Amino acid sequence: MKWRFSRQSPEVRDGLGAHMTVRVQIEDFDAGAEINRMRLNRPDTGAVAAFVGQVRDLNDGAHVTAMTLEHYPGMTEKALESIVDQARQRWDIFDALVVHRVGTLHPTDQIVLVVVSGAHRGEAFSACEFIMDYLKTEAPFWKKEQTPVGERWVEAKSSDDSARERWTGNQPENPT
Amino acid sequence: MIKVLYFARLRETLGMSCEEIDCTPDTATVASLMGLLSTRGDVWQQEFDGCRPLRAAVNQTLAPNSATIKAGDEVAFFPPVTGG
Repeated sequence: MKWRFSRQSPEVRDGLGAHMTVRVQIEDFDAGAEINRMRLNRPDTGAVAAFVGQVRDLNDGAHVTAMTLEHYPGMTEKALESIVDQARQRWDIFDALVVHRVGTLHPTDQIVLVVVSGAHRGEAFSACEFIMDYLKTEAPFWKKEQTPVGERWVEAKSSDDSARERWTGNQPENPT
Repeated sequence: MIKVLYFARLRETLGMSCEEIDCTPDTATVASLMGLLSTRGDVWQQEFDGCRPLRAAVNQTLAPNSATIKAGDEVAFFPPVTGG
């Protein structure tokens, strides 16, 4: 079938909102506004999936009073754009947005936002989760926690590697 | 010359965020550069002797230890990432 907003049409895709956005910023973000912007961007959107990560006040048994996020300017943006591009190649999504904060954050502060839109929920859910799993293991950010007993660098978790690895297996990945 | 960057724990432990190193056979690959840095001893040896988890990037892309390095490249060393 040929629809005016066919997802398979590259010219429609390029013209109507295949803009990928990656932002690394100190400032907070408005998840609702970002979701609405993407939702209204094109009328053939049927699903918008979003993930928000926030600072916890407890990690590895210690009370966390604040956290400082460091990153590798230049590589961070390249890595995030590459991850979004991989998601776009795997799933037929319309748009994707990644916003990641850096600097000093406190418990309940937002850290990261991923928003993905598509025609149906399957692609949007899967791509959103894929982007987060790859961000956790490939994007050059590092967290340093402030606790009552001093500062400490957060150690990478093997569970994050496992979460990423499941996308490289042969199991079904797109439950549409 | 190559530009070498250090981030997070490495930057603090080594007391340095960036330096330039002359190209020699010791800087031909990520692994050989790590060997060269390790010979500085003390904290350098601790970080680059292969015992602590370490990641490398060449020209802002994650790279294996076998990756080659050429003049003008930007090489970065850092701990496994913990964003998100």
